[in-house]
Amino acid sequence: MTTMTTRDFPLLKTHVPERKRAPAELTAKMDIERLTVRYGPRAAVDQVSLPVYANLITAVIGPSGCGKSTFLRALNRMNDTIPGVITEGQVRLDGKDVYAPGCDVIELRRRVGMVFQQPNPFPKSIYDNVAFGLRVNGLVKSRAELDSRVESALRAAALWDEAKDRLRRNALQLSGGEQQRLCIARALAVAPEVLLMDEPASALDPVSTAKIEELMFELKKDYTIVIVTHNMQQAARVSDYTAFLLTGSLVEFNPTPHLFTTPTDPRTEAYITGRFG
Amino acid sequence: MKLRALDTGFVLLAGLAILLIVAMLAVILGNITIHGWEQVSWEFISAAPETGMTEGGIFPAIFGTVLLVLLMTIFVVPLGVAVAIYFSEYADRNSWLYRWSRQAVNNLAGVPSIVFGLFGLGFFVQFVGGGIDNTLFGGQLTFGQPALIWAALTMAVLTLPVVIVSVEEALQAVPRHYRDASLALGATRTQTIFRVVLPQAMAGVLTGGILAVSRGAGEVAPILFVGAAYFLPHLPTRLNDQFMELGYHIYVLSTQSPDVEATKPLLYGTVLVLLVLTFLLNLTAIAIRARLRLAAGRTR
Repeated sequence: MTTMTTRDFPLLKTHVPERKRAPAELTAKMDIERLTVRYGPRAAVDQVSLPVYANLITAVIGPSGCGKSTFLRALNRMNDTIPGVITEGQVRLDGKDVYAPGCDVIELRRRVGMVFQQPNPFPKSIYDNVAFGLRVNGLVKSRAELDSRVESALRAAALWDEAKDRLRRNALQLSGGEQQRLCIARALAVAPEVLLMDEPASALDPVSTAKIEELMFELKKDYTIVIVTHNMQQAARVSDYTAFLLTGSLVEFNPTPHLFTTPTDPRTEAYITGRFG
Repeated sequence: MKLRALDTGFVLLAGLAILLIVAMLAVILGNITIHGWEQVSWEFISAAPETGMTEGGIFPAIFGTVLLVLLMTIFVVPLGVAVAIYFSEYADRNSWLYRWSRQAVNNLAGVPSIVFGLFGLGFFVQFVGGGIDNTLFGGQLTFGQPALIWAALTMAVLTLPVVIVSVEEALQAVPRHYRDASLALGATRTQTIFRVVLPQAMAGVLTGGILAVSRGAGEVAPILFVGAAYFLPHLPTRLNDQFMELGYHIYVLSTQSPDVEATKPLLYGTVLVLLVLTFLLNLTAIAIRARLRLAAGRTR
């Protein structure tokens, strides 16, 4: 909402409100180096290297099955929960490799939160959903502190006004869009530094999608965000940097305006102009 | 034409088979209800047997059955849930431990119940009970004899596979994305299981309990040697007391009575009470489960 100008994306045939703050200098919050993730003999992610800059939104785009979700789940080691997955290379968070032996996976997942494609609130109350991460991590000492952190997480996810009068109601009574914002609030409650979003709006209607995107702009002041999306307009609207993945390999990683207007690789241009994918 | 005749013939045959089953159930239930009904009274339910089982009631047997089943549930449900959690959440499907313990559970389900009775006598009564007596009571006969606790434990072993299978199914039915959500928030695997997965599988845990109870209440063979008594003048008050049990009481009335004709009405009454009791136990558990399902359903 900083300015009213728009930026043209002729290849995408779309205009995007110009509101990106040009950061003074880029610091890499995460650094992915030669990341390879294998299910058996097949590499779902193949030698991908890219930085994730602090307080910016990095979008990962690509056709279905290109490995973008697997890539995202590698960043907080959620792939560990799938039997038979082998991960190679490095994912550094503040310079420390999260795959190094002795890395505390629980602490990693608290610092690198995740929002999933399908809204997946627990079948508990709205309050208990947001409080879940705080409770399991033992992050609060008193009931009052819990209350206030639940409230600030709901405010951060722009859900407080809708939810404040029904905190004790079951979360599954909320609409799809509200459920997804609740999942964002739940992730924010444990004060992560990075937020991973796996197609967070693909199951939502356009109004809810717009709310989520609006929210991402707000969140980027305090968090570093990585979003996986198959929706290129969405990537163009929300992100500062975009990575294009094809069959597990990184084709191009560039500032979003650059990638969508003057792509370096012909395959990127072919994909964003809809010639395949 | 020939095929059509065959078809009609088969449908007829299937219909007859169904009729046969329904008729058998009707005869059993009808016979028991008609003959048992006049016998069942408040006195019959609340009094103890008298004059060599030919008069009086069956209260000690009802009391013993309920106590046995409750005690068995206390043993079998936590154990069954623990095994089911291991199978569903922790076990590596290719490990030898998983494959062997899975086979063990399957085979346990196939063991005839009389064998459980003998196992209970040999293991619980003589080995465990005898061991307790030798170490704690200086060899004095205290636990090394047929008793309520050994009968409940034997029954728990018998019903263990039922509980494991039904809890495991319920755990498997909890969608993966709940586990993902919990883990991604920094919860440990154990926290995820106890705070997210198990609460959602509560209906399955109860189903396991129901099935164990209805199986346990109907079995006589496993407790023949490990605690069921022919007749007791007083109710069991301690874990190492013997007890009367409905199923065993039916066996006693029908085969061990000096005057079978005189005990016949009592026998009918006892069978009816056992049927109703099992039915009520099931109904209670089903009602609890339905309420849980409803509570879960309202949120969906």
